Amino acid sequence: MTGSSAERSAAARAVIDAVTADLLGAGHRGVIVDSPPGAGKSTLVVELAGRLADTGEPVMVVAQTNEQVDDLVDRLAAAHGAPGSGRGLTIGRLSASGYVPTQRVARHTGGPHAADDSVTVAGKVADLGAPAVTVATAAKWARTAQPERPAGGWRWAILDEAYQMRSDGLLAIAPRFADGTALFVGDPGQLDPFATIDGERWAGSPWDPTDSAVAVVRAHNPRLPVHRLPYSWRLPATAAPLVCRAFYPFTPFEAGSAPQDRAMKLPGAATVAGPADSGPIDQALDLAAETGWALYELPARHTVRTDTEAVDACARLAARLVRREASVFDPGYPGGRPVTADRVAIGAAHRDQAAGIRAALDRHGADLAAVTVDTANRLQGREYDVCIVLHPLSGRRDATAFHLETGRLCVLLSRHRHACIVVSRAGIPELLDAHPHTEPVHLGVPVKFPDGWEAHQAVLAHLGGHRVTAAR
Amino acid sequence: MSALAALARVEAFEAGRAVPLATVRHVHLSARPLVFVPVLMAGEAAAPLAALVGTDRTDPRLLVVDQPRDRDQRFVFLAELARIVLDHVAQCRGETELVEATRNHEQWERHLDAPQLVVPNPGGIEAMRLLGRSARFRSAQGPYPVDPLVPVLGRYLTWFAQDRAPTAGSSVCLALTEVLAAHWATGQSALEDQHLAALLAWIVPDRFGPAGAGLTGPQAAALAEDPDRWPSAGPATDPEFDTGVLSALIAAQQRAEGDADAAHAARRALREALRGRLQPTWDLLWQGLDLLRALPEAGHDEHRWRVDRGRFTDFARAVDEGAPPQPRRESAVAAARRLADLEAAQEAYDKQRALDDPLMLAAYRVTGEAFAGTVVAVDAERRDTSGRTPKPRPRVWLRTADQVVLRQGTKVACPQRPNQRPSIVSVTRQGADCVVELELSNDMGRKAVPDEGSVPEPGESRCYATVLAAEFFPPPPLPDPEQTPWTHGGPPAQYTPAGADHDEDWH
Amino acid sequence: MAAMTTSSVADRLAELRGPVPSRHHDARTLAALTANPGCTRRAVLDAAGVDKRALAERIGFGPRFGQSPFAISRGNAFERLVKSDGGAALLALLRDELGLRPAQDDQGPDQPVDGAGPADPGLIDLSRGDREERYRRTRDLVVAAARDPQAAPLLADHPLLRLEVGGRAAYVEPDLVALRARGRDGSQRWRWYLAEIKSFAVIDGHADPMKVAEAATQAAVYVLAFQRLLAGLGLPDDLVATDVVLICPKDFGNAPCATLIDVRRQLAAVRRQLERLPRIGALLDGLEPDLSFDLSADAAGRPSRSAAQLGEAVAAVRARYAPECISRCDMAFYCRDEARVTGSTDLLGRAVRDALGGLGTMRDVLALSERAACASPGGYDSADSGCDGGDVGDVGDGDLAEAARLLNAARRARREALAQAGVSAAGNGGTGKHGASA
Repeated sequence: MTGSSAERSAAARAVIDAVTADLLGAGHRGVIVDSPPGAGKSTLVVELAGRLADTGEPVMVVAQTNEQVDDLVDRLAAAHGAPGSGRGLTIGRLSASGYVPTQRVARHTGGPHAADDSVTVAGKVADLGAPAVTVATAAKWARTAQPERPAGGWRWAILDEAYQMRSDGLLAIAPRFADGTALFVGDPGQLDPFATIDGERWAGSPWDPTDSAVAVVRAHNPRLPVHRLPYSWRLPATAAPLVCRAFYPFTPFEAGSAPQDRAMKLPGAATVAGPADSGPIDQALDLAAETGWALYELPARHTVRTDTEAVDACARLAARLVRREASVFDPGYPGGRPVTADRVAIGAAHRDQAAGIRAALDRHGADLAAVTVDTANRLQGREYDVCIVLHPLSGRRDATAFHLETGRLCVLLSRHRHACIVVSRAGIPELLDAHPHTEPVHLGVPVKFPDGWEAHQAVLAHLGGHRVTAAR
Repeated sequence: MSALAALARVEAFEAGRAVPLATVRHVHLSARPLVFVPVLMAGEAAAPLAALVGTDRTDPRLLVVDQPRDRDQRFVFLAELARIVLDHVAQCRGETELVEATRNHEQWERHLDAPQLVVPNPGGIEAMRLLGRSARFRSAQGPYPVDPLVPVLGRYLTWFAQDRAPTAGSSVCLALTEVLAAHWATGQSALEDQHLAALLAWIVPDRFGPAGAGLTGPQAAALAEDPDRWPSAGPATDPEFDTGVLSALIAAQQRAEGDADAAHAARRALREALRGRLQPTWDLLWQGLDLLRALPEAGHDEHRWRVDRGRFTDFARAVDEGAPPQPRRESAVAAARRLADLEAAQEAYDKQRALDDPLMLAAYRVTGEAFAGTVVAVDAERRDTSGRTPKPRPRVWLRTADQVVLRQGTKVACPQRPNQRPSIVSVTRQGADCVVELELSNDMGRKAVPDEGSVPEPGESRCYATVLAAEFFPPPPLPDPEQTPWTHGGPPAQYTPAGADHDEDWH
Repeated sequence: MAAMTTSSVADRLAELRGPVPSRHHDARTLAALTANPGCTRRAVLDAAGVDKRALAERIGFGPRFGQSPFAISRGNAFERLVKSDGGAALLALLRDELGLRPAQDDQGPDQPVDGAGPADPGLIDLSRGDREERYRRTRDLVVAAARDPQAAPLLADHPLLRLEVGGRAAYVEPDLVALRARGRDGSQRWRWYLAEIKSFAVIDGHADPMKVAEAATQAAVYVLAFQRLLAGLGLPDDLVATDVVLICPKDFGNAPCATLIDVRRQLAAVRRQLERLPRIGALLDGLEPDLSFDLSADAAGRPSRSAAQLGEAVAAVRARYAPECISRCDMAFYCRDEARVTGSTDLLGRAVRDALGGLGTMRDVLALSERAACASPGGYDSADSGCDGGDVGDVGDGDLAEAARLLNAARRARREALAQAGVSAAGNGGTGKHGASA
């Protein structure tokens, strides 16, 4: 941990200033910002959108999902659109037909119950008026008519989650800002975009359409400046070093919070009624509350993917956590706040596992309905107080490239603000030891680092010190 | 690997012979496919050594390169191959049909047939791709002229192997091992299934070994793996053959240089040896085609072949009009277009197979992406009255023993009414079963009450799957290649034939 | 059981091998350690230096892979071509295509090299002499270059490197060239770059990814050996680049092209497998004391062990067979046959076994698939399900409930679909109409 909290904030601001300078300096067609998990990517996007709009020229903002678009619209409006926000910017939200504004968007569209009227929603650019900032999904941007307005295309473009965008998707929208300057923002450690067909035929080509947008832009424009956000404001001091070592070994970052800033407290287990066998479950929760991590380890066994015991362990951990009325503390909420069901997520590798966990949760009670259960793909970009993770290799006999994919594990282990509990069968170190290293090598394809196998080793080495053995 | 396909392999192992993975044939078979068994020289990138090729199973044409290291002879081989392949192509261009104009396309003529090349395995397709690559940039002029058909052959081989073969559902270029393995599960691994003889040994073990021996699949496969009985199906030769036979025959020709009789004898010996190595594979290929032909044709066969015919019509016309050879590497726009094309083809093929074949649909039931059962209750009268005019929104309750893991709101469809896409309202457990509540919202006619037969009846069996409800959206428009933005390196260079293209073999 | 000491492990391995010379490791066999590290049989035989090919032949399962003489002669011809003219063309290639700059470039004309080789372009031949001598000369070269970069030659043909493998020295015979140059990363430090010459073609920038992978793993062995050499000399191990130069024929001709490949991943894998080797003692602990793979014969040619005895010995050490072994391991045909005889699901491949929940035998799979679905479909509490059927395998019944449920669902879905289409489940298309036996 370096510097005081104020110094860390200042360092993060300095990155935003440097990015602004590179964009406004007109020396580059694009700027890339790499952001580790929870490093303030959205804050950067919102801030930069405001600063770029200050030039008086229109800004297009690209996000990957409607959810993300709505989040950004809400934050942009609150920061720059609301009366008294200073800028008083107008914001356009381009949407597909049939889109019903979510509550967080609707409160900026005017009317009796709205906070402000800075946001306009429409299906066509022409129907938006001429907002300072226009936000839409990449898919929507790709289907908007090639620049009707503003003439010559957008002067400024901000592409959020650019590492999750496919190269062909970027190609479809890039003409809209081809004469302007673009900011690519994203987390290089998360899951790569995927194609439903084998893209080997393009391996090594600088035009590989299955590659990520950032990869293709860098291949063709190697001199674009790359900035990095230095602090994770989400990950606690207990998690940032591991996540950094395992997944970002060459691009170091630190926790933005000091160890003493965060705490999680669990009332004594004895005060809560529960099944007799909740001993190890409680131990795992206590350990996670104390150290930020727990490995809840089931006996070694090969299983089908929907391993009933592991699935149930995930559900029981979540149920017990909520019922023990855990609370978390942070300088942002010094008086503590309860870890309610909606602040807990359970992550898995496969959809059928997630479905199994959901079903198991339902059996534990309706009060757990708000717990998020999802696959790594869908948990990207989201944040919770506590994350429970079904280890992708649990119960497997052989590791496949899917299971070893670095981004998958990285997403699962970097969603939490306070604690992460990993549920797994024993035997993963042996599985990794036995893993054959015979992956094909394509000429011209940069080797991805860290290697999934190495990342798994680093994670297991750490979790080994936080093991709770499940009772059988 | 689905649990269903994995279990099928175990069942095949137990039964001692292959078991079906499909109940209909999901590839089109042309009445007269052009069968092609290519063999390349070991150690070289794409030096043809020999091929058996033709449309008549009793009379294959044997092409041989006497001196595989002689680059001139390679192009003599390719010129001979060109005559056969391009003749096959020409025969498919006789009659055409008129295709009415649509919103995006003016009226055009489509050929009534398309060529079909069948090779033993994916290696055969890769050999075609390499031969195509080595031929398409050649020229009939310049310092190293080749037969003018060679560059045309190069364009066609590239189209077959690189454009159509990887496209799901296309049947103009087939690797037989892949097609057979998609229709039968054997009791061996996918790796061993790449060996044509061993794969067929599991499907029709009685054809292996002496007549009446009644071999089991594994016994037949053991015989099939003996390279003396069943030589490699190419494109690589067996190393033992290279060592023991081929090197001596090639050396004999070099010794015979200048002696016409000896040279003739040496050439004949080489041809006979190669014919002996290729003939077993030729026979197996036709047997494999017989097996496939015996399967009933899939419902979408005609539809998919029509797409192939259309693509063939377009390509053949482009070649006629002097289109440049396909580039070495696709540009950004071309690559993105192809990706969209390949993904759309894959999605369509998955859906079509699930519609055409209950066994394909069954795999989705096991993964929880489909459920089958009996309709137990129907509320056909139900309407949505929130809008200005009430809309029919019937509800259907279906009881199933399958595990349903689909989320609320998921759209599904069933083969009986593939355009109707109900969504899941709720899933309730009842004992060991689930009851799924579905809401119907489309494909019920335009009246206030649903059309007769558009709502399932109690007692009916239905299988609903997400794959069947997949909707296809046209890919987003891409810029013209000349408009390629800076993010993707700007516009690609135009193709201009370069001297190096014509003589790259002669360094 | 107490862990064996290093010397007792060595003794035990020598006993297993019998009175025949140990097989030497080379880059190929060391690279192969990473291909199936979970296989105890292979680990024990390799550690003991047993000639696996000879052993497999003795027990009736000789491997079939070989190399075509055409491929070999083409490979040799290409290597000769690349190294002809004292490597002048090679140097130009490395300079032009990879931006590798020989260290002397900045220092004016090349300096004459001390006695050993020609002054320009400085290809030194290290391929002659016995192994000790070649290793010594290689080491001297590295020392000299470290002392005075300007005085050393640019290319070294066939240097010889050494690696400690399981307590014994293994010489890696790099049929390749080491080059000293500054890299394209813009750093001003010079490094050693290992180059590997392969005769498979690079066509339009593509090469067979499996062949490149194999070359990369072998090159990683050389890099590791070079790192050890540097470490032994007290030099920093990053003096050798972890990018290696792959030299292949370009397109369809003989002209060479050079590509840099990053072998850091392969290096980590090789290093880790070598580190695991000393732990072989733990594997030996479980073996019968009289186990022997002795392939020796007496003066009259009578083998000291019969094929049957050897077969029993092989069977006594557990294998971890996968179909990929067939192209990589001399023992594979034996192991495949063993998997077939025992009905192991390994026979069907890793992906199939995984889809079957890791169940080990086909018998278990079928038995479970036929077991009625007795647990509740969403049932997480399998202990209460009241299932019996305890004759399945040696695993507790409760553990298998979910596998049974999955397999039963698969079987049911399959049967129903086949019945719907009128095809017998075990039918085939061989006899006229598909599934005519139905």
